[in-house]
Parts: sequence; structure tokens; C-alpha cells
Amino acid sequence: MRRRRCGGLPRPALVAMRVLLLPLMSLWALPCAADEAPPRSQQDRTQQDRTQQGRTPQERTLQVGSKKFTESVILGELISHLLADNGFEAAHRQELGGTRLLWNALLAGEIDIYAEYTGTLRQEIFADLELDDAADLAAALAAEGIGTTGPLGFNNTYALGMDEDFAHSIGVRKISDLRRYPDLVFGFNNEFLDRGDGWPSLSAHYGLPQKNIRGLDHDLAYPALVSGAIRATDLYSTDAEIAFYGLRTLEDDLGHFPDYQALILYRQDLPAKAVSALRALEGQIDDAAMVAMNARAKLDRVAESQVAADFLRQTLQVEVEVQVESRWQRLARHTREHLMLVGLSLLAALLLAIPCGVLAAKLPRLGQVLLAGVGILQTIPSLALLVFMIPFFGIGAPPALVALFLYSLLPIVRNTHAGLHGIAPEIRESAAALGLSPWVRLRRVELPLASRSILAGIKTSAVINIGTATLGALVGAGGYGQPILTGIRLDDVGLILEGAVPAALLALLVQGLFEVAEKVVVPKGLRL
Amino acid sequence: MLTLRGIHKRFADTVALAGVDLDIAGGETVVLIGPSGCGKSTLLRLMIGLITPDSGSVHFDGQPLQPSNILALRRRMGYVIQSGGLFPHLTARANVALQARFVGLEDDPIERRIDELLELTHLPQDILERYPVQLSGGQRQRVSLMRALMLDPDVLLLDEPLGALDPMIRADLQRDLRAIFRRLGKTVVLVTHDLAEARYFSQRLVLLNAGRIVQQGSYHQLLQSPDDDFVGRFVSAQRQEEAL
Repeated sequence: MRRRRCGGLPRPALVAMRVLLLPLMSLWALPCAADEAPPRSQQDRTQQDRTQQGRTPQERTLQVGSKKFTESVILGELISHLLADNGFEAAHRQELGGTRLLWNALLAGEIDIYAEYTGTLRQEIFADLELDDAADLAAALAAEGIGTTGPLGFNNTYALGMDEDFAHSIGVRKISDLRRYPDLVFGFNNEFLDRGDGWPSLSAHYGLPQKNIRGLDHDLAYPALVSGAIRATDLYSTDAEIAFYGLRTLEDDLGHFPDYQALILYRQDLPAKAVSALRALEGQIDDAAMVAMNARAKLDRVAESQVAADFLRQTLQVEVEVQVESRWQRLARHTREHLMLVGLSLLAALLLAIPCGVLAAKLPRLGQVLLAGVGILQTIPSLALLVFMIPFFGIGAPPALVALFLYSLLPIVRNTHAGLHGIAPEIRESAAALGLSPWVRLRRVELPLASRSILAGIKTSAVINIGTATLGALVGAGGYGQPILTGIRLDDVGLILEGAVPAALLALLVQGLFEVAEKVVVPKGLRL
Repeated sequence: MLTLRGIHKRFADTVALAGVDLDIAGGETVVLIGPSGCGKSTLLRLMIGLITPDSGSVHFDGQPLQPSNILALRRRMGYVIQSGGLFPHLTARANVALQARFVGLEDDPIERRIDELLELTHLPQDILERYPVQLSGGQRQRVSLMRALMLDPDVLLLDEPLGALDPMIRADLQRDLRAIFRRLGKTVVLVTHDLAEARYFSQRLVLLNAGRIVQQGSYHQLLQSPDDDFVGRFVSAQRQEEAL
């Protein structure tokens, strides 16, 4: 996966969050790398769904995907707007994840369209094929049942950036111009310093003489450029910061950096009219236009949907209606999604976990196996569990629901077992001595006596679930995790709080509701 | 009414009963007595099928206790334990009525039966709406007795019913219990470790030690002609305690 930087101004909270999230994100590639092709069952299921519903792609909603960085989201919005303008129903599933996730979702038919880069396709998706030119690439895609548009115009690759005024003053436009200034100080990201295709090969390729090279973080590199502490840094050629800091990107005149031309991938069952609509974007977005759009979205915090619509109006004279949700509408939607995730998974867990807890209490041997089993489930890190579900359940709510369901089992099973196990033997014997059947003893005596413990288990599950469900956004399930994810992407603390605060409040509310429920569910005799 | 033959029972490493034969006739009041760990409670729990013997047989009214008939036979026996064993989540009334509701009795006969039992056990009406934690120890035992008698069983089994009570309450309940036994004329098996209590309730004491019956008979027979050294020591130890 091509690593994206989160640009913007350094903020301690965000840096910490990134540090936490990066190792999590790196899990992405795991399950997908394990099986290059999407699992058979998943493809079959999708096909089945289609035939069952008897719908062709023309009649159904086209699913547009995007990766979790701003440029990809903007491209997704451009695609969605164009499809809508041509009379298609289009849904944009934003910020789904990384390359592997999107690619597999495309193969599986869970999404129909997404924007990709030629470099990513050559070096990651088709790394084992030697693809020489555009025709080779198109053929390789076609073999997978995927079609592609021509390049959209911009090339989002590594580039060297300098302060515009300084570069102008010494007359540097191309990378080869740098040979004339051996004393310039360069500051590079550590990854770029180490990468095979980074500084070592760049300097060799161009014969650059500079020796004063510093390794530093990107967040520090931009201010350092402006202040003159360094004179050039590495960047991506469409980064928003290029516009914000007034940087000049130097032309790669000797062609060192690989091409990362953006293009649009689509499933070959996409209607021809939709394909021709997408082709309208070919060659229309140059580097400067993409930088400007990235800057508007990321730095000016204009909604990606609006940025995309403005571009279409100015460039293609396409008028699209932008429905930007108000903060409250958005909150309501995230609340609905979140409640659905938590509610359904918890309900399913209840239906399975309480009987399992009863069985565990009644049959001690089986009980040990059951408790150990659900205990092991709990030791799987939640994000890993979520990702493991993708090959089986695709993207969206289903994998999140299943992961949350599995997570909810342990507290309920354990507390049901403990509640029943903790009933005094003389109470159990008294019930047996009355000649009541085992079922009546369970229902009228044992479960009511264990009710407080069972309820506490459900409460634990619910509260943990509310927190864990925020991770669902990573697989496209929505919920309060969505604004958190977008907020991290845009360095927007307000947006992060828009997800984090309601999630915390919901957890408190649910905790309170359970205390009320205890008064209803737990028999009065046990509360005196 | 109850016939036990050749009963052996072990719990893990300990022998609880090692060859017990016992016949209890209908209408008879029998007291099982002995030091703690002698197997007297185990014997009582065998009679109502809460545990099954490793070998030997238990017959109730001519029928062997089996999984197929155990629920029905248990409803012909009442069982009262030391702590009362009342269900803490149910009111006294619900505790008493649970069994009757399970067998499908209507509200009216249940209410009539509860009134009879209140009168029998000398409990006031308002006790019925309380939960077990709101009752005194003596009241709990009386409610537990009501629950045991709800379906008018043939046999009443009591495991140290007075063991956890204060002396004064204990004396009251002891007196009431004996009156109730006499009035109902049921088969009663009562477990106690207290010789004076045993003597108060019955002419037939069954003395157990280490899982065996060592002697049966009235208090006077045990006192005057002990079968072995243990019986003599058991009786004199208890008399000594009373003298103090």
C-alpha cells in the first residue's frame, strides 16, 4: 500500500492519534495479502444476490469506493456527481481503507468503481507481472474483469518541492537544475531517505552533489522550507500543502520517479453510458487543479462533495446539486448507524450467549470449553477481528456486526454462568425438592436469582460494544467512527469530537438505562 | 411408607453411608440423630431423591425412586431445611404458592390452602407479602413449613429445622411443630443433633455414627441400655450439656 502522509499543522493530540492508528492501519494488508483473489464464496454470494434481486447494474445503485485519504474521497465525489448527472443512482462509500481492501471489494462486486493510480497497480496489485505500457496494464485489468478509463491528467508521485520565491530567485525549475547548487540544505522524511527509490537513487540518477541532508518530519519540513532552514524537501506532487505554503514542485526531467497517474477502475458489467460519463474526466485534472482541490478540502475544510461539484461546474460545465448534510443531520445519521450496529449485534449475542451461559452452568465440562472459546475470541484485538471478517462478509455493516457480536459474547456467557453457579446449593435443592421440573426451576428460580449478574454482563457488553463499534467505520459500516476517521484525515479536531463525544455520551446513557432496567428486571426481593 | 435397603453412599473420599437399612411406617414420627458428619442429612436427602445411593434402594409407598417418577414423588413429600431455603426473589406468598401453581391449581384453592396453613403455623396474614430477607428466622421456618405442606404431602422431611434459631423462638416453634405433627398425623422424619429435641418429638430415635445406624429406640432405651460404647458416650455428653 502506498503510504500517505497526514499533512497539516502539528498538533500533539493528532500526532498521538496517528501514532496509535498507524500500527492498526498496517493490519489492513494482512488478510487481503493472504488471499490475493477474493474468496470464492464471496464472489458467489454477490452474484447470487444480484440474480436473486433480478437487478442489472443499470437499475441498481452504483457503489463508488474511495480510500481513506482526501484526494481519493474527492475523486469518489467527482465520480458520484458525474454518474448522478447521467441519471444513475450512485452511493459513495467513503474512506473504506487501503488499496487491497478497495481492490478486493471491486473484484467481489461490493463496489463498482474507484479511482486508482497506475504506480499502485503496477507495483502492488500486479507486482508479479512486468507491465510495460498502458496497453499491458489495461489487458491485465481486463483479465480480472475490470475496465479502466484513461489517465485523469495529474500524476501524484514523489516530487521535490522548494519555496516558490527562493526557487524563482535562483532559477530552479527542474531537478537537474539542482546540480548547480551543491551547498543547498535538503530536509527529507526518513522514509524517503531510506527507500530504494528515494534519495539514494534520486541523487545517483541525477548526479546531485548535495551532502547536507537532514531527516525530519513532514509537519516540520514545510515551515522549515518557508523559513529557509532547508531548501528542498520530498513531497507528493498533489499535496494540499503545495498551495498552502506556496511551494514549487520541480520537474522530474530525467524521469526518475515512477508514474502515479490517476485513473478510474470499474467493473466491466458497468453500463456503457456510465463508462462514457466517467471518461469525461480523462485528461481534465492537472496537478495544479488536484492540488487546489486537495487544499480546499483539507485546509479550507470545504466538503469534498462541494469541492468536486465546483470543479465539475468550472471544468466540464456540469451542474450538480450538492447536498451537504448539516451537522445535525450528519449526527442523526451516525447515531442511527451506530445504534443499528450496537443494537443488532447485542441482540444476536443475547440470543446465543444466555443459552450458552446456562449450558455452561448445567454441563461443567462443556462449560469449560464454551468459556475458553469465548475467552479466546475476546483476546483477538478488535481491529484484527474486524479485518478478519472482511473476506467472509465483505465491507459495510455485516463484518462489523459479526465482529461486534463475537465480542459481546464473553461478558454475557461468563456472567450468566457465574450468576447461575453462584446460587446457594440449598436454594437449588429446595427448588428440586418441590418437585418442579428442571425447566421451571431454571425459569422461575435460577434465572431470576442470576438476573443481576446476567444484566451486568449485558451492560458490560453494551458499553464495550459502543466503543468498539467506532472501529466499524474502517470497514465502511459508518457510525460515530466515521467523523473520527474523517477528522483524523483532515486534522479536524472538531470532527473527531463529533464522533467521540456522542459515543461517550451514548455509553453513559446506556449505562444509565441499564441501571433503570435493573429495577425492572431484577426481582424486588433481591434488591432489599 | 419409606423403605431403605442396603444404602451405601460416598462423596469423593469420604464414606457418608455404609450400609443402612431403615423402615418408616405411615404416620410415624422418626428422628435421625447423631454427631455432625454421621450421615443423617445425607439419609434424608436420599429419601427425597436429591442424591442417589451408590448401592441399595429407596422405596416410597412401595415405589422405587427413579428419574421417571421422582418429580411426582417429591410432590408427595415436604422438605424443610435449617436455613428455610426460601427463594429470596419471591414473596412469602409466592414461595408458598409456587409448587401449587406449577401443578396447575387455581387461585381459589391456593388461597384457601394458604389460609389453612397460616392458621396451622400461627402466622399473621400480612407476613405473606414480605420477602424472605424481611422475615425473622422463626417466621422463615414457618413459611418454609407452609411451603412444604402446600400440596398436603404424605411425608414431611425436616433437616435441623430449629438449628439456626434463638433459644426462645426455638422453644416456641418446637412446641408448635409437635402440635402440628400430632394434628396432621403425617409421616415425619426429622434430623437433629440435639438429644433433648429428639426426645421431645419422638419415641423412635435412630442414632447414626460414621454412616451406620448404631441403635434405634426411645430416649430411655438409649439411656438405659446403650448397645455400644459410642451410644453411651453420645447420650452422656448431651446430658452433661443439659446439666450445665
